[in-house]
Parts: sequence; C-alpha cells; structure tokens
Amino acid sequence: MGVARYWRAQDQRYSLAGNECSICKRKFFPNKTMCPVCHRRSFGKMNRFYFSGEGKVSSYTVVHDPLPGYGAQVPYILATVDLVEGDTVLGQVVDCDPADVKIGTELEMVFRKLSEEGKSGTIQYGYKFRIK
Amino acid sequence: MKRLSRDVAVIGIGQTRFGEHWDLSFREIGIQAGIKAIMDAGIDSSRIDALYIGNMSAGLFLDQEHIASIIAEEIGLTDRQIPTTRVEAADASGGLALKQAILSIASGLNDVVVVGGAEKMSDVTSDIAAGFIAAGADQSWEALFGATMPSLYAIMARRHMHEYGTTREQLAHVSVKNHRHGAMNPFAQYQKEIGIETVLKAGPVAEPLGLFDCAPMSDGAAALVVCDMETANEICDEPIRIIGTGQGSDTLSISNRPSLTELRSTKTASRKAYEMAGIGPSDIDVAEVHDSYSIGEILAIEDLGFFEKGDGGPATERGDTTLGGKIPINTSGGLKARGHPLGATGIAQVNEIVLQLRGKCDSRQVKDARIGLAQNVGGTGGTAVVHILEVI
Repeated sequence: MGVARYWRAQDQRYSLAGNECSICKRKFFPNKTMCPVCHRRSFGKMNRFYFSGEGKVSSYTVVHDPLPGYGAQVPYILATVDLVEGDTVLGQVVDCDPADVKIGTELEMVFRKLSEEGKSGTIQYGYKFRIK
Repeated sequence: MKRLSRDVAVIGIGQTRFGEHWDLSFREIGIQAGIKAIMDAGIDSSRIDALYIGNMSAGLFLDQEHIASIIAEEIGLTDRQIPTTRVEAADASGGLALKQAILSIASGLNDVVVVGGAEKMSDVTSDIAAGFIAAGADQSWEALFGATMPSLYAIMARRHMHEYGTTREQLAHVSVKNHRHGAMNPFAQYQKEIGIETVLKAGPVAEPLGLFDCAPMSDGAAALVVCDMETANEICDEPIRIIGTGQGSDTLSISNRPSLTELRSTKTASRKAYEMAGIGPSDIDVAEVHDSYSIGEILAIEDLGFFEKGDGGPATERGDTTLGGKIPINTSGGLKARGHPLGATGIAQVNEIVLQLRGKCDSRQVKDARIGLAQNVGGTGGTAVVHILEVI
C-alpha cells in the first residue's frame, strides 16, 4: 500500500486523536463523521478530542499465528481497551509477560513501531499499551 | 411486518466436495457446482433469467475480478447475455448472494435464478491467505495493529468465558461435534472424527483458540436454483420454500460495538427472518451456523435464540446441538469439518438444509425435519444473513 494510506490517519494513530459529539458529548475513537446516536443533528458538530490513553482491558488474546510482517513480534498480546473517557480501542500490550494481563488490568498508551511493510519497507508507528 | 411480494423456493442444489483441490481451477469448481444444481432442478437452461455469485476475494486470491462473467460463461449462460452479478460481504458473500436472488424474484424481475458461491484459496500459501481473510476485518484499525481474524474471535471468546463462565472444553466440544457430523458428509473436507484431546492439545493460534477451533482454508463451490413458487410447482416435485430472509450489519471493528459477547447483526437478521416466517427459534428443526471459529457457533446458537445467552457452551457440552439432540446444529460438519471456502459457505449451508428437508441426508438425517435455518456471518459480524426454509 502507498504511504499516504497510513500518513492520512497519523494524528489518530500517534496521539489517540478521536472526536466528540458536541450534542451528546459522546467520545469516539477512531473519528466518526457523524454521531451514531445524534445522527444529522451532529453533522459538522463533531469536535476533535484527545484521549489520555488510559484505560482497562475488556478482553485480550495472545497471538501465536500472526499476519505476514508481524512474525518477529510473536507471541504478542492484543487487547480491547476501554478508555477512561469512553469508547474502546484495540491494540497490543507490550513490556510485560502475557500472564500479567487480565480482564480489568489498567493500561496506559505508549508510542511504538507497529509494522514494517513487506516490499517498500515503510515503517508504521502508532499506539500500543503497557501496564500502568 | 415485511414480507416478500411473492414466494420463492429452492428447486435445485449442487456442491463440490470442499478441500484442497490442487488439480481444479476456480472456473472448474464453479462449473461443477453450477451444473449439478441446474441438473438437480431439472430445468432447461433457457429458462434461467439471472445469475448471482457470492465470492469474497478472487481479486486477492487469484488476481481476478469480474468473476460473475467467468462463471456465466463456464456454465453456458452467456448465449442470451443474462445478467450476472457478484456479491461481496466477506465470508457472508454466499448468503447475501442468495438474498439478492430472492429479492430479484420477489420483485418480479426474474423467475428462475442460479445462485452460486465459490472460493479458490489454495493457489496462495496459508499465511498469505490468512492476510486476505483479515481483509474481512478492519485493515486500518485492527489488522494494522496485528489483529488476525482468529485473534478477534479469541477476544470475543475470552470475554464470553469471563462473563458467562464458558470453558475451554465447551469451546472444544463444538469442534468435536462438528467433526462427528462431518464424518457422515461425503462433501466434507474432513470426514474424520476427533477426540476432545486433539482440540485441547493442538497448537495455539490466538489464545484461547487453537488450530482445531478454526475452520480450514478450502477450495469449493456450491450452487442453488431458486424460483418463484408458481414456476416451482410447475417443474419440481418437492420445492423447498424460503419462508424467511433477514440481514443485519454492525461496525466492522469489534471495538466499536457495545458488547463482545453477542453479534447484533445475527440477532437482527434472525429477528427479521423469524418475523417474515411467522415462527420462532423453537420451531427450527435443524440449523447450519457460522462456526468459522468454535466461539462463533456458541455465539450463534445464543443470538439465534436457540439457547439463553451464556448457555451456548453448556448446551454444546450437554449434547443439545448434536444429531439426536434438542436442536442439531451443523449436521454438515459446519465450517470446521465441511470446510470454509469463504464465498461458498453461505450457499453450502443452504444446500445442507435443503438436503435435510428433502430427507436425503442418510446417516446424518434429522428425523422429521420440516423447518431449517442457515446463518452466514461476514468477518467478525459486520454482516449476518439468515435464511429459513420449509418443506411444503
């Protein structure tokens, strides 16, 4: 894939920049163009919102059979993280043993390398999480 | 309540055996299934008005798009230039193709339609194929972060275990039961029973799921001939009426859903199908559900209303879903044992239900089966399609 595909969402991936519906105050990650609750009333009224990166594990897995390009990271922990401000994000949990992660474990965001694309070798960066 | 403008029936079925067909091309497996269904229906091909084909990703797997035209050509339907349409919703492509065919008949546009589902996966290596399967999840917000399709189901499984006490053994019982059923199906990829130790000791894929919790990579095709009820009664002795069709969507990413332990798309699709049919879950005699991963079957039998939320695991362990049980699930062997050629699966499920309702399932026949259901899921549940069929 071309670099632009990744570059486009850089602020979201680098700093957990989501948005907030100014009508109902619900927060979203990734960005939503319209609030799925307020619908047309929210159009043009979605404001940027930076999540703190703090949250709790709602569920997780340890991946042993990865996608091409992720083999060097195996085994890695992948979790759904309920962010303290609302909404949920999927990301890897790093700097710990898989046995340390449980449902409810408190996490904080860290900035890491995500992957390296096969042919071009382009490196993608973004959020991962570690135990708080 | 929404109803079809006219009734639609299945009058012909056909499928290839699912498996690794190194010797057969995509065209050849498509032909096998399509011609079998047309022969089974006993109609002259001059009566076919249209073709729909479910296929997830010939573009990725074969570098070939525009496959509806290929299939039409190969099964000899291009002499009249009838419309052919490919339908895509990841591994719900087959079920969704059937729905489009039904709508085209109910609308009055077509009378007789051939619906196919086909996928050729073995032309690429399995790790490449796994990457293509992940294209049915969210590339930007799941796969880029290292998520594979099984890892997303594993996350749902872990949460289900946490909320409802579902056990690793109960998940394994899904695969054991489906292999037991598959051993009785001549079209199944794996016609071999396995013990629970085989599942529990298999290598981990994404914990808690191991290799035997996952449906295999498969080549295969399945096809149906569907038509309006008037035509069905004219040319077929035992048409199987489609009494309900329903479709539901949800977010592509699992993290954007309020719950990890249900598929809202399945719940909505089945509610619509039940309403159209005027029946409920307790009226279903046999069902084919989407067990691309073992947890998928647990979620399905709960979300379809066969069991209370949280009772899917215990019900499977009790034997309620096995042949002879309360509601036999996946008598074909399911995706796990019959095989899972992505776009073909939804059509193969309906093939099995029709065979059951015709009473032609031999040793895996559900006694007195009159009403059957098929549930087909795309990816982790961004799409679900449910069909209910009844013998007349």
